[in-house]
Amino acid sequence: MIKEYKTISEIVGPLMLVKNVENVKYEELVEIELQTGEIRNGKVLEVNKDMALVQLFEGARGINIGQSKVRFLGKGVEIALSEDMLGRVFDGQGRPIDGKEKILPEITKDINGSPINPFSRDYPNEFIQTGISTIDGLNTLVRGQKLPIFSGSGLPHNRMAAQIARQAKVLEKEGEPITKFAVVFAAMGITFEEAQFFIEDFQKTGAIERTVLFINLANDPAIERISTPRLALTTAEYLAFDKGMHVLVILTDMTNYCEALREISAARQEVPGRRGYPGYLYTDLSTIYERAGRIKGKEGSITQIPILTMPEDDKTHPIPDLTGYITEGQIVFSRSLHRKGIYPPVDVLQSLSRLKDKGIGKGKTREDHADVFNQLFACYAAGLEARELEAILGQAALSDLDKIYYKFAEEFEKRYINQGEYENRTIFETLNMSWELFKLIPKVELKRIRDAYLEKYLK
Amino acid sequence: MKTGKIIKVAGPLIIAEGMEEANLFDVVKVSKMELIGEIIEMRGDKASIQVYEETSGIGVGDPVYSLGMPLSVELGPGLISKIYDGIQRPLDLIAEQAGDLLTRGISVPAIDKNIKWHFIPLVKKGDEVSGGDIIGYVQETVLIKHYIMIPHNVEGVIENITEGDFTVVEPVAEVKNKNNEKIKIQMLQTWPVRKPRPYKVKKNPTEPMLTGQRVIDTFFPVAKGGTACVPGPFGSGKTVVQHQLAKWADAEVIVYVGCGERGNEMTDVLLEFPELKDPKSGEPLMKRTILIANTSNMPVAAREASVYTGITLAEYFRDMGYSVALMADSTSRWAEAMREMSGRLEEMPGEEGYPAYLGTRISEFYERAGKVITSGKKDKEGSLTVIGAVSPPGGDLSDPVVQATLRVVKVFWSLSANLAYRRHFPAIDWLTSYTLYDNNIKQWLMKNVSNDWPEMKVKAMTILQKESELEEIVRLVGLDALSAENRLFMDTAKSIREDYLHQNAFHEIDTYTSSKKSYEMLSVILFFHDEAMNLVKADIPVKDIINLEVKEKIARMKYIDEKEINKIIEIKNEILEQMKILKDKYTI
Repeated sequence: MIKEYKTISEIVGPLMLVKNVENVKYEELVEIELQTGEIRNGKVLEVNKDMALVQLFEGARGINIGQSKVRFLGKGVEIALSEDMLGRVFDGQGRPIDGKEKILPEITKDINGSPINPFSRDYPNEFIQTGISTIDGLNTLVRGQKLPIFSGSGLPHNRMAAQIARQAKVLEKEGEPITKFAVVFAAMGITFEEAQFFIEDFQKTGAIERTVLFINLANDPAIERISTPRLALTTAEYLAFDKGMHVLVILTDMTNYCEALREISAARQEVPGRRGYPGYLYTDLSTIYERAGRIKGKEGSITQIPILTMPEDDKTHPIPDLTGYITEGQIVFSRSLHRKGIYPPVDVLQSLSRLKDKGIGKGKTREDHADVFNQLFACYAAGLEARELEAILGQAALSDLDKIYYKFAEEFEKRYINQGEYENRTIFETLNMSWELFKLIPKVELKRIRDAYLEKYLK
Repeated sequence: MKTGKIIKVAGPLIIAEGMEEANLFDVVKVSKMELIGEIIEMRGDKASIQVYEETSGIGVGDPVYSLGMPLSVELGPGLISKIYDGIQRPLDLIAEQAGDLLTRGISVPAIDKNIKWHFIPLVKKGDEVSGGDIIGYVQETVLIKHYIMIPHNVEGVIENITEGDFTVVEPVAEVKNKNNEKIKIQMLQTWPVRKPRPYKVKKNPTEPMLTGQRVIDTFFPVAKGGTACVPGPFGSGKTVVQHQLAKWADAEVIVYVGCGERGNEMTDVLLEFPELKDPKSGEPLMKRTILIANTSNMPVAAREASVYTGITLAEYFRDMGYSVALMADSTSRWAEAMREMSGRLEEMPGEEGYPAYLGTRISEFYERAGKVITSGKKDKEGSLTVIGAVSPPGGDLSDPVVQATLRVVKVFWSLSANLAYRRHFPAIDWLTSYTLYDNNIKQWLMKNVSNDWPEMKVKAMTILQKESELEEIVRLVGLDALSAENRLFMDTAKSIREDYLHQNAFHEIDTYTSSKKSYEMLSVILFFHDEAMNLVKADIPVKDIINLEVKEKIARMKYIDEKEINKIIEIKNEILEQMKILKDKYTI
């Protein structure tokens, strides 16, 4: 028998205090029935003697302290799951908003999940081809990795995320069965237009059939965003580890998520850490990002691409900073490349994939990949140095070699980094393009490539 | 003992009343699920408890049982090559019992009580022993003899002791104490993690811990029994440095604490270490390693405990007379766990919300390192080296955790984002890092490496410092404006940086360099410099000198196998030959 309380004593911001309660559990799901009959949800943040502090998911607007009823449901926040969720659109709380019928659940799961035992993890080392040269060639993504995009306002991160979702695939080896692939997309506080861009793009390309979307828009309650990524990841875990699919999770925009977290922390009057964000921001973010990975003996995997916009393009802001400490690398966008009209504007030198070494090479991509990577990197860095020199001292100060590198950097940006939004390059095309670019450089300067490969590929 | 009742739940902190019989820092079991927690504050009959597992579903009125003893670890054969969580539960057994995900309320033994170990006595009947004395050993792995010691509260005469196969809970010996009571000695012992294990005397460290990393061993060595910290922003290679040390440091036992870091990194260690061979013994490195893994998404309170669990295990092996090294990655996450608990306890915050006692806790932790004469009738010497990674926000060294750490540690390896950005690894900045052990270990180095080693180090460092001064000038007026001598300095500094300090952790040969090879390599670079300086003074164009063919060989020295060190020494002859040709060309 679930008791009903009419003892709300205060509502401040997204928090509600209920008095004289009995047997309330920490993190229990709460249902609030408004005087109008509307039902809202929340969860218990703290229990203290006979008082329960409840966080409201949909905001406090319209709740009447005297007349609203509160019910504690005796379970945590859960989501009903089924394979039929593929192709559907849900709101930030997991309710269908595409006008179709409700999901018939096969199983329900707690949205907080449980950490994967490090002993049971399998190391991510399978190459994912995204068809984007700057990722495949230089910041290789592998199955089970979490690789965020550090972007800024006005940069085309959404277009790139959609392109990855559209094109990502695993190189199939002969004789091996083709594995099922799915995308789980969670939008937190993005605008209607941005959300529409993704939905339309997925519909246009047919990707929608293998996609689950959770959409919390900018004008939806901010607090709802706290659960949106967790709903998405619980769905992803179900598809990956129960159904054996390879799941790509796109979370956008993590900056909005963190701000919602700060809002609750401020309402609870907690001691703030840097820039007013709560001291547990790192721990909280890790409970999201660490839900990527592979498990020994299970077929599926979860690969995460969280997107965040760096306030003022500042990489040391707490959100990108703490994210970088948890994720396995980062793709950083550059405003100056974007201004030059280069898409995707990936700042190659600042970007990094920590797991690339295990995902490239013979049998995975191609034998020359690692050497090509190192050489491209060195040449581009030398080119940028030459460019800097030229900016200060003028063309005349450049040595002949400097001029070559200067030219290389230009060509590299124009041909290698730059590519069409619908251009899907195979890893071999990307590698061959690198060799085309190496033709600009005198052969003796290609020190990082083994002689055998120089002979074989430099034609 | 009386059962308490929960009155408040706030995240990992719960408050229970009716706990007047429990002691501060006692371990408790919370609710019917038996979650493990620890009492961290008492007010009247109300105890504040930090819970080492997720607390969702716990409510007011749930019971709390005190176990009447502080948080302790089990010590005995069976520790090596294990992977534990923050409160010493073996993760492999948890996986066996609960599956791939970590669930709550699991109770698994830290040490297997059923395995029989072959015990070999080292003392005989009638020998006098006291706490800390070795009475025998078990060959735990190929690399580690696990010595069995008398517990610290026992003193007397060996009454009987037998060789044979025993489990850790069966008695292997009997000791008769002053009161003629016979005390059975078993191999298994327990020790509270927050209490440092006792020793007789602490001594000054005098021997370096060689790590096979040239920049560390040459410029910023850490002594066996010393302390070091590695702060740096993300992507600067903290974890790679820690992994390299865990792999190649010449300590006998390694305890690696993954504290609040990535799950995949722990998996990497788990999969890689059994494959890697110890350069001295050729045995898998895992056979001398213990891993403590509390990844960032595992409960935050257990993260706080994990560094203590790790250091207690390390001290235990130190007491056997081993040199032990503990790596903690990262102490910032540990400090953050403290901050979180402190916030929930509503304590007055210090800097950046960290508790006011942050500095005290950090210094207490690092002070557990040291070179000691262990307790017992017979003197043994053991050492514990502690190396902590620090992850300051934005790489900002004014962070309270970095500052509190720098006040106690003696070695500072400053990782620079700039070097990492230029892909110079290990990205240890030679201009800002320091070591305070130079004088302590000078004698050892002169005896074991070479008499002129300390001198060479100073010379190389002077050249690097000169480079940074000259760089300012070059930036303003260009390289051509430098004198020939200074051009040479710039070139030698570049050679030291690129051919010596830069080291590829993923290259099979370059990943580890013995001190002998380091010495010969640096010697060649400096030899070239001196000889070139003579030519420069004889007005031979510096451009020709620094483009000599032998430079290519110098650049590839690091890839020469340890067994072929002669090839490095021979480069000196080539330098002389090529320089002579050059000189002849210009003197005609």
